Parts: sequence; C-alpha cells; structure tokens
Amino acid sequence: MNSIYKASVAALALGVASTSAMADGHSNLEGTLRIVSDMSNPAPRAAMEGMAADFDALHPNLTVELEIVDREAWKTQIRNSLTANAPDVVNWYAATRMTPFVDAGLFMDISDLWEDPAMADLASTKGAMTLDGAQWGVPYTYYQWGVYYRKDIFEELGLEEPATWEQEIANCQVIIDSGRKCYTIGSKFLWTAGGWFDYLNSRTNGYDFHIALANGEIEWTDQRVRDTFANWRQLIDMGAFIDDHQAYSWQEAMPFMVDGEATAYLMGNFSVGAFRDGGLTDDQLDFYQFPQINPDIAPAEDAPTDTFHIPSAASNVEAAKAFLLYVTSPNVQSAINGGDALGQLPVNAASTVSDDKFVQEGFDMLSNNASGGIMQFFDRDFPAEMASVGMEGLQEFMVFPDNLDDILERLEDTRQRVYQ
Amino acid sequence: MADLGATTPAPTRSWYKRNEIAVTPWLFLLPGIAFFALYVIMPIFQSFWISFHQWDGLGEKTWVGLANYERLLGGDRKFEISFWNNLRWLVLYLLAIPMGLFISLFLNQKVFGIRLYKSLFFFPFVISQVVVGLVFSWFYLPNDGLFDVIVGWFGVDISGGILGNPNTATYGIIAAGLWPQTAYCMILYLTGLNSVDPEQVEAARLDGAKGHRMLWHVILPQLKPATFIAFVVTIIGALRSFDFIAVMTNGGPFGSTRVLSFYMFEESLSEFGFRMGYGASIAVVLFFIMLTFITYFLWSMYQDEKGAR
Repeated sequence: MNSIYKASVAALALGVASTSAMADGHSNLEGTLRIVSDMSNPAPRAAMEGMAADFDALHPNLTVELEIVDREAWKTQIRNSLTANAPDVVNWYAATRMTPFVDAGLFMDISDLWEDPAMADLASTKGAMTLDGAQWGVPYTYYQWGVYYRKDIFEELGLEEPATWEQEIANCQVIIDSGRKCYTIGSKFLWTAGGWFDYLNSRTNGYDFHIALANGEIEWTDQRVRDTFANWRQLIDMGAFIDDHQAYSWQEAMPFMVDGEATAYLMGNFSVGAFRDGGLTDDQLDFYQFPQINPDIAPAEDAPTDTFHIPSAASNVEAAKAFLLYVTSPNVQSAINGGDALGQLPVNAASTVSDDKFVQEGFDMLSNNASGGIMQFFDRDFPAEMASVGMEGLQEFMVFPDNLDDILERLEDTRQRVYQ
Repeated sequence: MADLGATTPAPTRSWYKRNEIAVTPWLFLLPGIAFFALYVIMPIFQSFWISFHQWDGLGEKTWVGLANYERLLGGDRKFEISFWNNLRWLVLYLLAIPMGLFISLFLNQKVFGIRLYKSLFFFPFVISQVVVGLVFSWFYLPNDGLFDVIVGWFGVDISGGILGNPNTATYGIIAAGLWPQTAYCMILYLTGLNSVDPEQVEAARLDGAKGHRMLWHVILPQLKPATFIAFVVTIIGALRSFDFIAVMTNGGPFGSTRVLSFYMFEESLSEFGFRMGYGASIAVVLFFIMLTFITYFLWSMYQDEKGAR
C-alpha cells in the first residue's frame, strides 16, 4: 500500500511541477533542505517521508534531509531545535500555540509567501496562521471534532442523532435507563475535558465569547461562563459520563464504547482508526455534530490544524519556501490527506477530499455548518499556563461539580496573572 | 665525591618531587572537583540567579527580584499541596527501613536456595522505577485492577480508584515506591548482618537474651551504620520522588499528587511550562529543604569520624 501511495504522490508531484506556474523558479534550487518533522506515527511518517523524497526528486540539485522526531518529545524539543543549528522547515501547531516562538523571533514571517496566488485557496486557514497581523507558517492538515457514537445501539433504543440540547438530554436519559453511559471519556491527561468545554462554551455563548475568554478579556467568574458549566452539570448530574474517568487515558476509555457500556465519545477524527482497530465496523460507528444549545448562536467547531514553519535561523530559505508551497499545493494535499495516508482534511480548497465516510462528514460539517468559526482546541487557543490550570479545573469539575466556585476563583486568579 | 653524591641531588629535585605527598591527592581529585564544580555547583548558583527573573527560556530575562518567591510562599495552592505531599513522602517512605530490616532478618538464614530468595526480594530494586510505577498503576485500575477486586471482597469501593481519588492517590504512589525502597534497605541490612560479631551474639545468648531483647540490645546497635545509610538513601529518595508520580498520575487527579520536584518540572520543562524563573524558585526551596537533611547527615558522619579517631 505504501509503495502504491508513494508512486501516486510522485506522479501527482510531477504533474504539479510540469503544469503549475511555480515550476519555473524551482529548477535552480540547490544546497540542502533540512526538515525536522514530528509526524512520527506510522501513517503520518510514511506521508512525510513520501513528501520529502518526492520534493527531493523534483529538484535534482537539492538534497532533502528529513529527521523525524517523536511527536510528544517534539513539543519540548522544538525550543532547542529552533535556537541551536536550526533546520529549514519544522512542524508545529496553529494559533496561540505559535506565540512563544513568534514573540521570541524564532519563526520567520512568511507573509510574502501568503501573497503568492497559489495560496488563495488556503484563505480559510489564514486566520489561524496569523499573529500580530503577519503569517508565520502554513497548514498542511486538519481534522474535525465531534460526537462519534454507536449507531447500532442508537437504533436498538430507537434514537435519532440529536440536533438540539433538549434532544440530547432526552436521548441520554434513554441511554442511561438502558443501563449504559451516554459518554465515555478519559480525562487522566486532561485535554479531553478541554474539548467538552470548547463545545459547551461556544454553543452556549458563541465563538466570539469563547475566543475572548481565551484571550483573557472575560472573567472566569462571569455569569455566562457559569451558564456553560450549568449545562455541563446537567449531563454530569444525570450520570452521563463513565465513572472514574480521571483514571483513564483517552485510549483506555475507548473499550467502554467498543464494548457497548457507553454509547458515544466526543473526540477528534484521529480516533476513528482506533475504533476500527478495536473492532467496530462502519455500520456500528457513526458521527454527528455537537448539538445546538442556544438557537441564536451559529455553531463553531474544533478543528485543530497542524502546520509547517520556517525558523528565522534557517539557512536555505528559498528551498524552504518552495517546500511550503509544494506541501500546500492541491495535488499534494489530496494525496497526503487521502484515506491511505493521513485520512484527514486537506487545507487547500482545490484538493479532493478522501471518500472515507467520516472525513466526508467532517468536511461537509466544516464547510457548510460551522459558520460560527473554527476553534483550534482548548490547549492551542488558550495560552499555555491558562490552558494547563484550566484543564485541571475542568477535570476537577467533572469529578466534583460542587467545587465549581472554588475552581472558577482559581482560574480567575490565573487569568489575572497570565495576561498582564 | 662520595660525600657530594649524598647532598647534591637535593637541590636538583623538582618542585613536584619535593611536594609529591601533598600534591598527588589533589591531582587525583582535580578532574572530579572540576566536573563537580561545572555540573553541580555552578548550576546551583545559576538556579538562584534565574529564580530572580521572569524567563520563558527563549527570550530576554526580566529581573523581578523576589516576586517569584512572594508568589510561591504567599499562598500558591499548588506549592502548598506539593509541600504537604513531600512531607507525606518523607514520613511514610521511612517505613521502608523497618520493613527492610524485617525482611533481611527473615532472609538471614542458611537454607537451600536462599540466594535465589534473596535475589527475588531484591528484584524490585533492579527493575526500572518506571516499570514499577506502570505495574502498580495497572494493579490500582478501577474495576479491573487486582487491588480494586480484592478490596471489593470487603465491600470497600474507592471512587475513582486509588489513583483517581485525590484523597488516596498520593498514598497509592508511596506504597508503590516503598516496594523497591524496601528491597534497597533490605540489601543494606543483609550486608550489615554479615558483619555482626558472632561472639557477642554467643555471649548474649549465654546471658539468656533472645527474641526482641536480643534484636534490640545486641543486633541493632551493631547495625547502626547500615541504619544510617538506609536513613540517608530513604530521605533523599523521598525528596527526589518524581518518576513514580510522572508515570502513575502525572500529578493528577487535579494536581493532588504533585510534589515539589514534579511541580518544578511542570513549571519549567513540561509541555505547558517554560516559566523558568518560577521553576527555579521552586528548585531553590527544594534545595534548602534537602540542605537541612544533608547538613545533618554530614554533621553526624563528621561526629562519627571524630569519635573513631
């Protein structure tokens, strides 16, 4: 499968080189292009290696050196990598997560690259790459979040995908009465609770409010924030979530749904592979958009974007920029996000979307039903310290909802210190 | 000529030859001292320096004076939780000493295969702490874990499991830590028991001492050096406890199992950290706590040396 995939990328890439307007400038690229990537999981790794090899083949005078670093380790290693002997291209994440490196002058301002006509098809992601009025990188993939649920159990109980909060609560009551839990979640590593807050808060108060909260412009003790938690508490008090979720990682929480003890999981699309590996067929597994809470509010969606950046200290900037254009070009985007590669959404509007049913549904949802806005996820939209204290508070709330006042006071204290 | 031959070599002897006895130990010590200064002493003072700054590890440091310490000691709840957890570790970890003593007394006999039993008891100290932590976290799993099943027979249900419940999580981790630490104390006592003077034991037996009186008045005084070392390594081990927490709970649930070393790591080097100044100020506080113990150890070793002379 891998070799077929590589061959197809190569074919597509050749097509790009021969037809696109970018081709003229490329032939004279020379020297070495050093890429450090965090795409260390098997499928992303193959996609990255394929891209590097094909870009290398396109430019005879250029040597591409690819180094793949463990994805978790890279989150702290990037700091050393950018300061000492920086490579020419690195992976990172969009939005506020870029701030430390932009502030320290370690990412190169590539606003000029975004003026290239080829980048017009990436307009929808431009906002997530913009800080201080400039662009600091390019996206290469993103994925939707939403509710993955057991279609067979829903059918057995005669339930429909809920569109409103009332339906959601009614559905959940039926599920609980049947002796199951509505939602599985593993909050040991905290971020899963962040997803719940993103959705509940943006559905209750709207995207603008949510982002204002992330930017520290709203007090955590605000009544509107309390409204969000009140909605959340409805589910908690019903017993909608599995017990002892603070002891599980997100993967450890998955068997509850595979075994049918819980019926749904609020998760990113990367979980689909794990569900299939766990033995769920596409007849059993389905997806719906997080239900509406306030009918006056346009839905916003979590769709975290992964990115490429050029370090300020890069030595082969010309080749690095050419590589970013290559990565975002429609054909490469179609290939690397295809079902046999990343299985996610391409960032280029001119590329084709994989025919996987979940990717299709996600693409449809984000294109047609996410008019509120696109969130990058709790730990990418909120600054690092606020995110870590915040997620810890969210986990505590899910276990001890009565501690809410104390938690909000703590978050507010942190807000006043972090954003000064 | 013969007379001169006896005296002339003296002035030609090199400076080194003349001072050989005094200089040689220092020459041997020099590499050790140099590396110790470079990798231990200097970083200590660097930590002090960084703790007076606000610094994200990338940009410029900003001098903030004592602000980090004011925040830390002026009611930072995470710090308070970490501090009290450190105390729990210190007190409960000491249980490893009597447990190690008990096991070593039990194993200090000559039966067939005792070497195998000894090495099996020593086994947990040999395997990595990360592995011990992982095994215990499976042992503690709610519902499926063996521990939960066993206490379930007695009708006890700990909500969230041992590691998911903020009231029990720290104790669960300490229990996991005690396993290898007990093995360590055991090996120290086993070697100590080898050097117990058989004549004294014989004499005590003739005087009619046995059981716990024999242990308390004859054996234990002779094990004093082993006890001292066991005490030192256990205290230091308790203050350095980090691996178990990182593996078993990652500081959770909601930060209730943090200790100072983990909090320091979290603030300065974790994914959401890089508040180097604040992390350094935690390191400084931890350093002073350790220093009180280390001073006591050094002082008591010095007293022993003086007594021995």
